[in-house]
Amino acid sequence: MEIEDVRKNTKLIIDGVLYSVDDAEFTKPGKGRSIYRLRLKNMRDGGVIDRTFRSGERIQEATLSTQDEQYLYREGDSYIFMDTSTFEQHPVPEKLLGIKKNFLKEGMEVVMLMHGDEPIDVTLPITIDLKVVDTEVSTKTATITPQTKGSIVETGYRVDTPSFIKVGDVIKIDTRTGSYVERVSTGK
Amino acid sequence: MTMPEPERLARLKANLERRALICELIRAFFKKRAFLEVETPVLARAIAPEEFITPFMSGEWFLAASPELHMKRLLAAGYERIYQFSRCFRRGERGRLHNPEFTMLEWYRAGADYNDIIEDIEQMTAQIAAGLGLKDEIAYRGNAIDIRLPWPRVTVRDAFLKAAGWDPAAEPDPSRFDTDFVLKVLPSFSPRRPTVLMDYPASAASLARLKPGSPPVAERAEVFIGGLELANAYSELTDPSEQEKRFREAIEKIQKERGKKMPLPRKFLDAMPRLPDCGGVALGVDRLVMLFCNASTIDDVMAFPEEET
Repeated sequence: MEIEDVRKNTKLIIDGVLYSVDDAEFTKPGKGRSIYRLRLKNMRDGGVIDRTFRSGERIQEATLSTQDEQYLYREGDSYIFMDTSTFEQHPVPEKLLGIKKNFLKEGMEVVMLMHGDEPIDVTLPITIDLKVVDTEVSTKTATITPQTKGSIVETGYRVDTPSFIKVGDVIKIDTRTGSYVERVSTGK
Repeated sequence: MTMPEPERLARLKANLERRALICELIRAFFKKRAFLEVETPVLARAIAPEEFITPFMSGEWFLAASPELHMKRLLAAGYERIYQFSRCFRRGERGRLHNPEFTMLEWYRAGADYNDIIEDIEQMTAQIAAGLGLKDEIAYRGNAIDIRLPWPRVTVRDAFLKAAGWDPAAEPDPSRFDTDFVLKVLPSFSPRRPTVLMDYPASAASLARLKPGSPPVAERAEVFIGGLELANAYSELTDPSEQEKRFREAIEKIQKERGKKMPLPRKFLDAMPRLPDCGGVALGVDRLVMLFCNASTIDDVMAFPEEET
């Protein structure tokens, strides 16, 4: 593809390495050649580099596909997913998942972004409902300022919740930010 | 992330009002100096072929990327002081400081050279600032910019030697020039003073005349304020054969790079023998408004940037 067509989130192959464009800045001296400054995130190790390109340069776009997969289980630092049409299993390293690892429930269906045979990214629903398995005891009773406390959900993730949340409650969490949204139902 | 249109446009109102006021102040500036406001075609059969400017087409016609050639045809016919606000179109130019359709202010003066034109730019900016109730300073993106005249001048040679360690006039390297300019030279300019960058290498002369001396440099100057490239001034080239040679070289490069055969602007070349010695400038109105509105992006000074059309 032409460098002119690169946008934020375009996936590129540079020197054999797969990058995602985190930021693309266009600058151009009035009578001169356009300069494109890209901030690139290495899709395998998360490392960030800056590269500069000039107009007219060609660049290799990564061909990506998506497929429906199911999360099976965790094995050490890997999370095992299965292609629901071929039943082929794909281990996904923990660092690729980032915050998303906290919201995987066994049997959950996700959309996997693939580069050839290699999983690149997991798309989760924007919110997910999870059961609270442990929570701190509120030290104060009702006060004017709302109190928050730490609660642990079934995946082992710790989230700040309002003080009224109890063990057994199901709460909604935003998977992009990892923050508490609302209580879905109360336990027992 | 996009804001609903009524809210977006409501937020722009103060800037758009200021923009209108700035345009009034510019017209007053030229009226006082007996310049004639002119209009030239947006749709044209031929435009100046420039290696790094990609025009929009409408059928076989071009949308103007600059009004320069038509304005010079007026000069060649005896119009000695002319100015114009014109809509210009350049494909693929989109960023914090660019929109593919933008407003250019150009003016030309017979008998003037690039030094005179830089003084015009200084005077005009000072007059706009005064008209907006500003004294000697413009607050722009966290800096108080001291705009008292005259603004510091620096040659391309000195600016490059200091910031990039090489002299583009003595050892021309067009491919390294633009990259080093953006990444090294421009960031080295003071954020608290305007900078007038003068005497470009002959390879970047475009439509400017060369200065006597060696190595060859062009009488071309650019004005930068607060990191914004605001204006590009020339002592205009008046030699038709040199101009035709530069056009033909550009046409050849464009054909090689973009596979597009640009026509030679014949009517302009025919008028050129009558073109008097003159100076001229193209100034980005949107960026000038950005400066006076303390706006960090061009989207904050136009109602409908590319994505909102």
